[in-house]
Amino acid sequence: MKFISLKNCYKVYPNGVTALADINLEIQKGEFVFIIGPTGCGKSTLMKLLYREEKPTKGNVIVGGINVEKLRNRKVYKLRRKLGIIFQNFRLLPKQTVYENVAFPLSSNGIKDTEIRPKVLKALELVGLKDKIKSFPDQLSGGEQQRVCIARAIVNEPKLLLCDEPTGNLDPDVSKEIMGVIDSINKKLGTTIVMVTHDDQIVNRMKKRVITMDNGVVTSDVMKGKYKKHESN
Amino acid sequence: MKAIRVFVRSFKEAFKSVFRNFSLSAASVACTTITLILVSIAILVSYNIKNVTEKLENELTIVVYLEREATKDQAENLKKTIENIPNVEKVTYKSKDEWKFEMQNYSSTLNSTLSYLKENPLLDSYAVKVKDAKYLRKTADTIKEQEIVRSAEYGEGTVDKLVSVFDLIKRVTVVIVIALVLVTAFLINNTIKIAIFSRRSEIEIMRFVGSSNYAIKLPFVFEGLFLGIIGSIIPIIVTIYGYLIAYSKLNGHIFSRMIELVKPFSFVLYVSLILVTIGAVVGFFSSYRAVRKYLKV
Ligand SMILES: Nc1ncnc2c1ncn2[C@@H]1O[C@H](COP(=O)(O)OP(=O)(O)OP(=O)(O)O)[C@@H](O)[C@H]1O
Ligand SMILES: [Mg+2]
Repeated sequence: MKFISLKNCYKVYPNGVTALADINLEIQKGEFVFIIGPTGCGKSTLMKLLYREEKPTKGNVIVGGINVEKLRNRKVYKLRRKLGIIFQNFRLLPKQTVYENVAFPLSSNGIKDTEIRPKVLKALELVGLKDKIKSFPDQLSGGEQQRVCIARAIVNEPKLLLCDEPTGNLDPDVSKEIMGVIDSINKKLGTTIVMVTHDDQIVNRMKKRVITMDNGVVTSDVMKGKYKKHESN
Repeated sequence: MKAIRVFVRSFKEAFKSVFRNFSLSAASVACTTITLILVSIAILVSYNIKNVTEKLENELTIVVYLEREATKDQAENLKKTIENIPNVEKVTYKSKDEWKFEMQNYSSTLNSTLSYLKENPLLDSYAVKVKDAKYLRKTADTIKEQEIVRSAEYGEGTVDKLVSVFDLIKRVTVVIVIALVLVTAFLINNTIKIAIFSRRSEIEIMRFVGSSNYAIKLPFVFEGLFLGIIGSIIPIIVTIYGYLIAYSKLNGHIFSRMIELVKPFSFVLYVSLILVTIGAVVGFFSSYRAVRKYLKV
């Protein structure tokens, strides 16, 4: 069953830069997909179309049954509740504890405390941070902070997790750990994962579907396991 | 239920934020306080003035004395003429005998003097009530021009001046109050703008995790509302105690018995209600404006 579909998508920024040109993609429910390519090729722009931070200039974007390009600004939150987003920089609330940060998507939307608690604990258990509940972000390592972000992204039990260079700020060992966490989310919860990365090692090791982009177009789309090795540029 | 919890949460967040940006909040609250104190004084004074002028105006009559030789027909005609003047509301006849009776009752000296005289020295008169005190003089002058009118008098000078001074005071206070309300609105608007700015990372996270616009914006609107309401606390205290003290010090009137003050209760309570309403409305709309302008979601 397909979960994401892009048809003939173009994105031209107001300054005239064409970031995406005629993108056609389908991603199935439960898939794990890497998006790679040189800097400035449009990877983040593609992600932004998926969480409706940007609208396609032309074309059709469907995510989880929602026609994203037709979504009005006021209704974007309905899409965002169905997905989790992780970035390179962690974006945690510095004055709130780990627990409060992870609970934030629920508490800020008026979910009952008694409903929040088991969900937060489950998410923190999945990322292996159950013992840091009361810590503040500045008391955690980079890898731990990113794990808090992952917990926050999945606390809503989204069907889709969008990761834009989640390991970009982390050293290789920690990156490996984080990838392990994301992989286990994919396997245990069946969450669809779309992940932008620059890290060849990760891509080569994990053997997933790999979409390669260059200059705003998809240059190759290799199915799971078929991807041999990325020639370093 | 969810909406209510978002509401309650916004309320708490707004309250915290007031203290988080303390110096700015303090400036807004101080400005609101000053404005509302002036608004309060303006209301107290102008309402008292309105009360007094209304009373004065009600009692304002032109007393028209007829010539002694005026006949009954002439008197009747004059009455009709006066009644036809646009500003005239009511004309009442009072004969010289009625005047005499009234005066005799008023003091014993007058009584004996009047009884001593064979002929009644007083004159027949009309009491003319006007619609608008502003044109009192004009109306009196018109009446004076008529035949068989010996004089047409009213509390000339004092009343005129009093009414126009009151009018001026009212206008000046209205202008000052409007200016101050605008300054307050600007300050609260600015405070909210900075609150939005200082919490932009939180706002961004809320957007990414799917908070509704309502949940994102409401705390800031509440914050403005709080600033306005907090700013009305001191003015309300000042209003209640200030007016009570002034009222008892002045024994309830100024200058003479003529100018009576409005009774403190429930007057001060109404004024307090007006103050808190103005504070809340100004706070609400200035923060609403800031949110619309600076919080794009
Ligand atoms: N908001 C924007 N306004 C104008 N141009 C933009 C904007 N965002 C991105 N671009 C341009 O669009 C192109 C694609 O940018 P994008 O961020 O998608 O690249 P990327 O593949 O994510 O790069 P990186 O690997 O460095 O993150 C670039 O040329 C960039 O300069
Ligand atoms: Mg990018």
